[in-house]
Amino acid sequence: MKPAAFDYHAPATLAEALQIIGDAEDARVLAGGQSLVPMLAIRLAQPQALVDLNGIADLAYIRRDNGQVAIGAMTRQRQVEQNPLIRQTVPVLTAAVEQVGHVTIRNRGTVGGSVAHADPAAELPTVMAGLRATLVLTGPSGRREVPAGEFFQSYFTTSLRPGEILTELRLPVSPPRTGWAFEELARRHGDFAVAAVMATTTLDADGRIAAARLAIAGAGPTPIAATDAEAALVGRDPSAAVIADGAAAVAAAAQPVDDIHGTADYRRQVVAVLARRALTAAVTRAKEQR
Amino acid sequence: MVEITLSVNGQTQTGVCEPRRTLADFLRRSCGLTGTHLGCEHGVCGACTVLVDGVSVRSCLMLAVQARGSEVTTVEGLGGGGELSAIQTAFWDNHGLQCGFCTPGILMTVSEFLAENPDPTDDEIRSRLSGNLCRCTGYHFIVDAVRDAAARLRAAEPPAADRPAVAEYA
Repeated sequence: MKPAAFDYHAPATLAEALQIIGDAEDARVLAGGQSLVPMLAIRLAQPQALVDLNGIADLAYIRRDNGQVAIGAMTRQRQVEQNPLIRQTVPVLTAAVEQVGHVTIRNRGTVGGSVAHADPAAELPTVMAGLRATLVLTGPSGRREVPAGEFFQSYFTTSLRPGEILTELRLPVSPPRTGWAFEELARRHGDFAVAAVMATTTLDADGRIAAARLAIAGAGPTPIAATDAEAALVGRDPSAAVIADGAAAVAAAAQPVDDIHGTADYRRQVVAVLARRALTAAVTRAKEQR
Repeated sequence: MVEITLSVNGQTQTGVCEPRRTLADFLRRSCGLTGTHLGCEHGVCGACTVLVDGVSVRSCLMLAVQARGSEVTTVEGLGGGGELSAIQTAFWDNHGLQCGFCTPGILMTVSEFLAENPDPTDDEIRSRLSGNLCRCTGYHFIVDAVRDAAARLRAAEPPAADRPAVAEYA
């Protein structure tokens, strides 16, 4: 239960970090360490070099930028949780991050680390997929922006190329009259979700659904944006029957498999229940903003 | 090998170790502070929780080299002069431990928690304790201890004079 030996690098700038990653044979980037260090300890990961980003102060920030909220990849999850700008502009992220691990985990764990780790049962990747976040990847030839839907490729697999680092996460500001919810089922508080559903609903002046954002965790190789369910809700009056239809459409988008935590059928049923709860809570919150 | 200098409970500690040494192992082996316990060594049990610059972390998930220049507080830094701290006293009085293996981590978690939230509800206490596993108590007495600790800290009640000092039981 001790990590294998590695060369340790603590660059002070992003440029330096990119240089080291480019030169190393087999480097892993160390962010908050709440997933990577356990993998080192059980030797699932045995990189030759570890490039620690914790000394790069420029990578931790939360700010409004061109109508979006930009979050530096090394921003701690606990900072996001307590940040008033996030609570005001992307409240579903606040709701989701509160369910990541425990406070002690969130004190160290970073937003970028969780998203780059790409566990399909994790909360933050699900919010990125659901809100159609833009992820900024920086490599030796500069930065590129990738939609979250293209970033997550499969279990723990992303479109990050060798030599690239996830440096920023850009989220749309929640429009007026938008409610939100992040509903999760986990066996114990702080565990990864058996399944979770993120929902936001925006109501128009007549109280009909103008837009919805829905995403599923824990029911497929990546977090899944339930785009068909979103489209089916637009223009509808958010009655219990419409929400039930929406929840069924979310469950239809799930791609669960059997594993030790439950069967695929069980997971699909859980997704349906969580989707109904999430949509109901999101609509209620949207109405409160009337 | 890297040289590591940090402050533990107000004292400067220097050691030389491989970069792969965790902060937990550094505290235990290089500093001789074995109050920080290692249960799972992969970030599940919470026994190794310490404060780094005032913030709780799992010291098995932080490399010692990452804590260079930091101020670390371990369970040995609670209390002082042979006296238990208010939180420790509350755990003693409420039977908030049995074998005690998880207790150092729980005390550090609770130290951070009560500094942030001096008057928590039982739900808040249970939620915050969820990152620390205890296999003896069933948690009820721990919750009682935290509630009592919060009340003591609010009242700034000093430990009772007739309570034996820790050293007598060492």
